[in-house]
Amino acid sequence: MVRFMNVNKSYGKLNVIEQLNFDVAEGEMVSIIGPSGSGKTTVLRTLMTLETINDGVIYVEGKPLTHMAKGGALVPADERYLRRMRTSIGMCFQSFNLFPHMTALQNCMEGPVQVLGLSKKEARERSEELLHMVGMIDKRDQHPSRLSGGQQQRVAIARALAMRPKVMLFDEVTSALDPEVIGEVTNVIRKLVTEHNLTMLMVTHQMGFARDISDRVCFFFGGKIEEQGTPSELFGNPQRERTKQFLSAVKEAI
Amino acid sequence: MPIWEFLQRYSSVVMHGTWVTCLQFLLAALVAVSIALVIGIGKLSANPLIRGACVVYIELFRGTSLLVQLYWIFFVLPLFGITLPNFTAGFISVGLNYGAYGAELVRGAIQAVPRGQWEAATALSMSPFARMRRIILPQAIAIMLPPWGNLLIELLKGTALVSLISVTDLMFQAKQINASTYLSAQAFGTALIIYYLFARGLITPSMRWAEHAVARRLGRS
Repeated sequence: MVRFMNVNKSYGKLNVIEQLNFDVAEGEMVSIIGPSGSGKTTVLRTLMTLETINDGVIYVEGKPLTHMAKGGALVPADERYLRRMRTSIGMCFQSFNLFPHMTALQNCMEGPVQVLGLSKKEARERSEELLHMVGMIDKRDQHPSRLSGGQQQRVAIARALAMRPKVMLFDEVTSALDPEVIGEVTNVIRKLVTEHNLTMLMVTHQMGFARDISDRVCFFFGGKIEEQGTPSELFGNPQRERTKQFLSAVKEAI
Repeated sequence: MPIWEFLQRYSSVVMHGTWVTCLQFLLAALVAVSIALVIGIGKLSANPLIRGACVVYIELFRGTSLLVQLYWIFFVLPLFGITLPNFTAGFISVGLNYGAYGAELVRGAIQAVPRGQWEAATALSMSPFARMRRIILPQAIAIMLPPWGNLLIELLKGTALVSLISVTDLMFQAKQINASTYLSAQAFGTALIIYYLFARGLITPSMRWAEHAVARRLGRS
């Protein structure tokens, strides 16, 4: 479903992603863990095309995402091509990024109406269904400023899902939340994993949650996948020294 | 001459002048806001040609005197075959000039909208145009309204210069009365007070109301 082929990303001299090869199968839930600065958020951001890559190609559903075919060769994609490719990918952010001048419902309807060209009525039905699923239907007419962090993040998940993406990206979606409301967001993601066949990529610091719901966990270090495996393999029996160090440091913090 | 007698005798002339000032203000503000939006957004364009043109515009109109620009548009443009009536030349000059200042307000406000809003709109696959119109500008307007209130008061006072190309505004009438009666204190005193009341009694409350309306839209009140 998603394939990174020899992808490089650097800011000046600093390599954030180095020669990354990484595949995600359809319907797979992959968690990305690792110390800060290891490039894990950048992986999601390049996949959402919020960052350009310096080298390599990213494929989504077998089609190049960052490049387009032109006269037999791959050239960097233009804005129109990117926009079409983006519709199959949805993303939720650490800081929610809801549109403050719109209600919860309007936030969810914006993409379907403006981008997919749905009628207001269709978009409303779709959005209300999703707000219902994330438990936010009662607050549909509230502006984000009236919602708690956990509530805002649940609306943000509904907003991304309203575009019916095939791949969902969660970028540290619980990091900005108070501990007592983290559960309401993780429960929504849990529900998505069990009830829908979405391909999901999640960057997280919550090891327990990653262990519970992932099909696969990748430990990033220095812009590369240092180690990956099923949750029980990676958490239960890490092979690499850096993975062990990281996991024990995280355990101490708890 | 006591002031009430002065007012009685010249009130109709003063009222007419005030009305012309009012029109000059509204039309110049319209020009300024439109120019500011176009140039302010253009200055953030990815295209270096568009960006360059906007920088040149701002530098030209902000860096030279409004009075000189007014004379250029009224006296020099006809030499190139563009003749504008003095009323039109008046509000266009003032609008073009203050639009250059406004463009910087627009640019600053757009850049002050959090990065995450651009990213969220991009993640929804919105086109650059839809992103600007639906997501960024509504938030940028909330940020730029207070400084615009300031700029519009400046613009009102700037319109007094159009009297120099014989637009019959408030300042023009005050000068006429002064020239024919030598009642300088009364004539310019009245003009002073009317300009003040216009700014304090109309522009400031309107802007405050607009700020309130925008805050309500953002769910902040």
